[in-house]
Order: sequence, then C-alpha cells, then structure tokens
Amino acid sequence: MRRVTLPVAYMPLVDAAPLIIAQEMGFAEDEAIALDLIAAPSWSSLRDMLGFGRVDAAHMLSPVPVAMGLGLGGMTASLAAISVLSVNGNVIGIGRPLEDKLRAQGYGFDFADARAAASALKSASSGKLVFGVPFPFSMHVELLRYWVERTALGADSIEIRTVPPPLMAEALEAGDIDAFCVGEPWGSVVVDRGLGALLLPGKAIWQGAPEKVLATRTDWAETEPDLVGRLMRAVWQSSRWLAKPESRIAAAEILSRQRYLDLPAELIDRALSGRMILSGHGEQRQCDDFLRFHGAAASFPWRSQAKWIAHRLARAHGLSADPDTAARVFRSDLYRQHMTQTDADLPGASEKLEGAIHHPTAVGSTRGRLNLLPDRFFDGAVFDPDAPE
Amino acid sequence: MQNRLTVVVVEEDRDRAIGIVDALKESGDCEVFLIAHHSALARKIAAHAPDIVLIDIDNPTRDMMEELTLASGPLDRPVAMFVSGAAGGLAQAAIEAGVSAYVVDGLAPERVKPVMDTAIARFSMVRRMRQELAETRRALEERKVIDRAKGLLMKAKGIDEDAAYALLRKTAMDQGRKVADVAEALVTAAGLLG
Repeated sequence: MRRVTLPVAYMPLVDAAPLIIAQEMGFAEDEAIALDLIAAPSWSSLRDMLGFGRVDAAHMLSPVPVAMGLGLGGMTASLAAISVLSVNGNVIGIGRPLEDKLRAQGYGFDFADARAAASALKSASSGKLVFGVPFPFSMHVELLRYWVERTALGADSIEIRTVPPPLMAEALEAGDIDAFCVGEPWGSVVVDRGLGALLLPGKAIWQGAPEKVLATRTDWAETEPDLVGRLMRAVWQSSRWLAKPESRIAAAEILSRQRYLDLPAELIDRALSGRMILSGHGEQRQCDDFLRFHGAAASFPWRSQAKWIAHRLARAHGLSADPDTAARVFRSDLYRQHMTQTDADLPGASEKLEGAIHHPTAVGSTRGRLNLLPDRFFDGAVFDPDAPE
Repeated sequence: MQNRLTVVVVEEDRDRAIGIVDALKESGDCEVFLIAHHSALARKIAAHAPDIVLIDIDNPTRDMMEELTLASGPLDRPVAMFVSGAAGGLAQAAIEAGVSAYVVDGLAPERVKPVMDTAIARFSMVRRMRQELAETRRALEERKVIDRAKGLLMKAKGIDEDAAYALLRKTAMDQGRKVADVAEALVTAAGLLG
C-alpha cells in the first residue's frame, strides 16, 4: 500500500486526542497514512479549511455539519460526519462573583445534580446570566439551552455569547461573561487561574452527547472510499488505545506538547481521568466517563443523535428546513461499510431512542456482544427519532 | 446614487490596522471603522450596522462573527461569509490572502469587489511580511543553536571553530539532516548529560 499524507485540521482540545494519538502512536502508519495535523485558530477557520479543500478531514463540533445541512452559518458546503470522535467532555462553570454567592448559600458543588445546580444558580442571580460558549453551533449551546429550559432557570434566563475557548478566562476576568460552557482543558484553566469554579460536567445534562465528530466533505467521503476507510480505522484503533487506563499518562504527555495543546500534562489528565478539580478551594470530584472515546459504540454516528441536534437547531432558529434530511450528514452507512473489516461490534440499528438507556444494556449487533451505556437526559425525557416532539 | 458602503475592520495590531483602513479609504466610496479589541465584539459591530466586516482569518475571535450569520443576531440582518456565488474566485483569493469577509445579505457582488480587491492586496502584503519576519527569527534561532553546538564541540574535542562547524556539517550530511537539527540534538544531549 502506498503511503498517503492526509491534511487534517483540529482545535487544540483534549478531545482532539483520537487524531493526535493516531498519528503519534503509529495507528495511522498501520493504515499506510500520515496525518498532517494542522491546528486551526478558530472553529470557523477549521470549517472553511475543510469546505475549501485545504484539509481532507477535521475534528469538528458535532452540530456543525448538521447546522450546515440546515443552511445555517457563514458557509455553504456539504459536510459528512463519518464517525463520532468523543462522547461528553464539556464543563459548565461560573465566574468568581457567582461562585461566592453560591458558597454563601451553602451550595455543595456536587458536580452531578443538574437540577440542584440550576436552582442554586437561580437564587444567586438577578437578571440575565451571560454564558460564554465556543461557537454558535455546538453541543455546548444545545446542552445549555436544554438545561435552562427544563429547570428553575427557564429559557429566558440566559444570554449566550461566543467566546473562543483560550479567551474564556480573560472574558470572565473582564466581566464580559458570568459563566461558561467549554471543552477541556479550558474549564480547568479558568479554575487554575483562580477565576471561577466548575459547576457541572456536560454528562450531567445528557449522558450520551456526541461531542466531536470526524468530518469530511461529503463528496470526498463518497469518492475516496479507500482513504476514508483507512482514516476511520486508524482513528478507531487510536480511540481503543486511548480507552485503556494504562495509556492515560502517555496520552496526557503527548497532548501537552508544544505543537499540540502546549499546556501542562496534569491539566490535561483531569479530563482523561475524570478527576476534576472544581475550584481554587481544591474540591475534587471523580466523574466517571467524563469524556469517552471508545467502547459501547461510542464512535458510531447514530442517525438519532443527528436528528436530536437537527430538531433542536431547527426549533431554536425557527427554520422550516426538514431536520430529518439534515440529519443524514451523520453517515452511519459509511461507518458500517468501512468498519466491517475490523473487530468493531456494530449495532444492528442506526437509530435509537435517545435518553432511554438507564443501565448498561445489551443490544443487537454484528458480533452479539454490544452493551450500550446509559444515555439519559437529566430530566428523564426520551427523544424518539420517529416521532420528535 | 447608492449609499456609501460601511466597512468594519477587526484588527488588534495598531500599525497593521492603520495600513488596512487607509488603503480602504483611498480605494473609494466607503466609510471605514476599526475595532481593535474583541471584548463584546458582536455588540460593537452591530453599533456600526456595517455592510462588510473584514477580519484576519487567523484571528481566533473570528468565531464571534459567526453569531452575525444568524438573523436573530444583534444586527438583525443576516450576514454571510463572503464565499460563494458570482464572486467565487474572489473568495478563494481572500482565503489565500488570509482575510475573511462577512457581507450583509443581498449586497451586489460588484459593490463588494473593489473593497475586497483592496483588502486582499493589503492582507497579502501583511501576511508576506509576517512570514518574512518569522523566517528571519527562525534563521536567527538556528544561528544561536549552531554557535552553542560549535562551542560544545570545541571544548570537548579541543578543535577550532572551523573544524567544529565542518564536523557538524559532515554529520548532518551523513545523516541526511539539517545542520541546525544536528546542532540542536547535540545541545539537548549536552544539557541532559551536563
């Protein structure tokens, strides 16, 4: 097999690990590809690089390809999500003024109970809370909106502003935002700079949120089956390695390098281990499955996940476009086509009732040993992809 | 007669910003505003109700602009990144020059073109200068490392400067590497051993 170099864009975040590790640990080499990893300065730049063909694949916010399918955003191109790179991994945090008020109320910072956190925040705030998020089309926005709509806070209690993650701490300090929802390690950076505290992990709102996807242009995904397959399998092997506990220290070291995240390995390890430090007061909480890369069909692009995103986006922006059509950008068909040659256990169905799994549950699969992990929404709601509300 | 175009330039570097603003003003019929700090960017942009917003493609605050693509945003006028349609070739040139432009929906391409031509020329120049600066810096860094490696060799082997450089060069050629890379490896190793 001739070795091919693929330009791939990523944002410097812990959840870019499957791509970085694929290259660094030789999983790309095993498939006779080399990943030319290009750090993007912003999500819009990353999207443009992919859309214009500067790169062939990218680490992307899961709602972006769906939003583009609905005609939202500053660029028109057809993108495909060929696999899910990570499940969960965001944090919701608050700045010092809110943190102090919550402490004065005796709030326990359990880093788990979404309803209690909302109630505490409600009684600590007067007027609208301004939340910083990395991008208008992101799981961060969807989780935040879902959470406030269905708790004491209420849909009108917050204003959402875009703040690039590396500037989140600065925006808190300047008083531009009161709180934030961001991917690691940027929440921990806020904590270590003494500017605020972590309130909830993303999984406290939705346990099975597809966070980042591996995205390509739709035409590339369809006309380069060989390369797509090699890329997909290299990333899958990489995520399998990442899921082993003994890989954690090496993974944190590699990600911390100057050319990738350029931040201390200890800071990166928090997301990988789920041992989160919540504030300058040193509260530490263990959050299992804080960020998942592999196992239980984590990387399978469920059509139903895309439908959930599409329906949320269509409703929030008052769109008439058909959400189910937009949801087809999650290419479970391509995933099946390229992963059958591996020992991945593929689910029998491409859609599931989102939020219906409360305990690890065996489901029909190609190898008959697939257990899906809980994917509960905090309010117990179930999203039926065939009958969305 | 059509109204003058309102252009907002987002740029933190003062000198670069002045260059861009001046060039745009000279190019003709537009009013140009500069936003130098990204705090509350969307609100500041909305205050000018611009027809076109220009921002460096490498600027991380570009993501804040994305909010303006939503009709419900503070502008209440959707903007699109200047990418497709009649002026497709221009868009590619803009990306290569490192400028991204957000244009208010419905603005005719022929009105955008003069502004974009100027912006592209200006941003290309800035980008070239930045690359040259980066290359000069790198060359300087390499020079320093090579000097340190030469010093280490001279001390360890009791040879003179020319002989030390010849040794570095020969090693680099034998291994098919750059002299600077060999020098860096030597300096790192010496640091570890010393």
